[in-house]
Amino acid sequence: MSDRKEVVIRGVGSSHYGRFPDRRVESLAWEAILEAMQDAGAEAGEIEAVFVGSVFGPPGVATRTLRGIGIGGVPVITIEAACASGTAAYHEACEAVALGRYSCVLVFGIEHLSSLFTRGAIVPEATDSEGRAGLPLPGLYALQAQRYMAQFGTRPEAFAEVAVKNKGNGAHNPRAQLKGSAPTLDEVMSAKMIAEPLTFLQCCPVSDGSAAAVVGRPKGRRGEVRVLASAMASGQLWDHRSKEFWGEGPVRRAAQAAYAQSGIKPSEVDVLEVHDSFTIGEILTLEALDLCKVGEGASLAPSGHTQRGGQQPVNPSGGLLSRGHPLGATGTAQIAEIVWQLRGMAGAHQVPNAKLGLVETMGGGAAGMEGNASVVSLLALR
Amino acid sequence: MTQTPDAPTPPPKPTRIAPIIQHDAKFFWDASDKEEFLGEKCGDCQQFRFPPRPMCPHCHSLKREEVKLSGYGTVHGWTIPRHPPPFGFKEAPIVIIVELQEGTRMVSNLVGVAYEDVKQDMEVEVFFEPTMGNHKVPVFRPRSKKA
Repeated sequence: MSDRKEVVIRGVGSSHYGRFPDRRVESLAWEAILEAMQDAGAEAGEIEAVFVGSVFGPPGVATRTLRGIGIGGVPVITIEAACASGTAAYHEACEAVALGRYSCVLVFGIEHLSSLFTRGAIVPEATDSEGRAGLPLPGLYALQAQRYMAQFGTRPEAFAEVAVKNKGNGAHNPRAQLKGSAPTLDEVMSAKMIAEPLTFLQCCPVSDGSAAAVVGRPKGRRGEVRVLASAMASGQLWDHRSKEFWGEGPVRRAAQAAYAQSGIKPSEVDVLEVHDSFTIGEILTLEALDLCKVGEGASLAPSGHTQRGGQQPVNPSGGLLSRGHPLGATGTAQIAEIVWQLRGMAGAHQVPNAKLGLVETMGGGAAGMEGNASVVSLLALR
Repeated sequence: MTQTPDAPTPPPKPTRIAPIIQHDAKFFWDASDKEEFLGEKCGDCQQFRFPPRPMCPHCHSLKREEVKLSGYGTVHGWTIPRHPPPFGFKEAPIVIIVELQEGTRMVSNLVGVAYEDVKQDMEVEVFFEPTMGNHKVPVFRPRSKKA
């Protein structure tokens, strides 16, 4: 490990998140990339490779994006790992720099879901047996929530508290899809039932968007954020027989690897952006990240621990529940948010004294497997 | 042929969408069409697996056996996806993770019981519901009698 090179995030940028049916998918990425390049002080000619995360493309989306930003001829690698596609692209970029293959690479995530899913929830892969039983993605998380309630006697309000916290945070985030919207516990609980026990306001919106980062060797420029660790764990074979509620295994393994790489303990992390596509997701994720014991995750929001003014704020941006979930772009959006938090640039949803940040993304949903993959990264201002 | 006024009305056409039959699971769906509930187990370590696939996830053996399953199990987890209405269902179906007597778990539907009355570890048994295209798929209902 000793010959690994130091890796920094030189700059980040993002589009706004929301439904933009009149915008082409590339134009959202141009917004994100140009902001990230300017933030990094990087010229187009410095970019030696491009790593892209996208789930639904369309095919060739990476190359078509590059025509708008003056980058061409360099290796372009598109990665798909379900919801973790953006962070998987980021992880591979970090590895490429750490191992000396490149000294400056561009990462972006990109997704335009409003043109694909007009009925609401993402449609599950048709050949997976889950989908044929009428189980959409929210239903898959609802199964986890129901199992959690059965095992720990948790009340549905505990899940709703996560939505109140994250949407309350996102109300202050000008880039969030649900900016300005901070529902109360009653409003979350009485919203339309999507899949028992998860109501509409406990599900992330279907979004369009893009976020980007310039990752490379340090230049000594102010605002560079050091990648202390980045780890990816793919799903293992799984047939529902474990004690886990669904497939949290990849999150747990990626987290353990990231903590081991950096020597950082979970309790030392100051601010986190984690995968809260549904409220139960944040709870199970924080348990898999070892912020608390299994069965205690549901108390972290109500106790104040993960609130913006709490000991370990989680999803100060509003998370996926408020920012929206443009699948391939989500991981890079989380990276951008933590960079802004560490620099003290997050604006109205800034967390005080954030020195050490954590990003976690989970790409789930594959019959017979725990899920696609999870990435966990630890970041600190250089 | 003339129709008499008291001729029985045909059953409503099924709206449930047919399974997508992949090569490795063809035996499973072919059996379902005949209202037989088959599973796959390893020819070496004898452990069951679902969904069907070429290699044993436990011992990596390529020997596979198709075996008749009891059709009995218990409810491990459940939900009801109310909105948007899942395609192919007139009413929101109860979706369960069922733990089969053989030890495997699978995602299926539970019918013949109100959502509020579903209980942890409730005993269920398989039966078959018709789909479009003249296929049948295994679903579960509360177990009628003890074996």
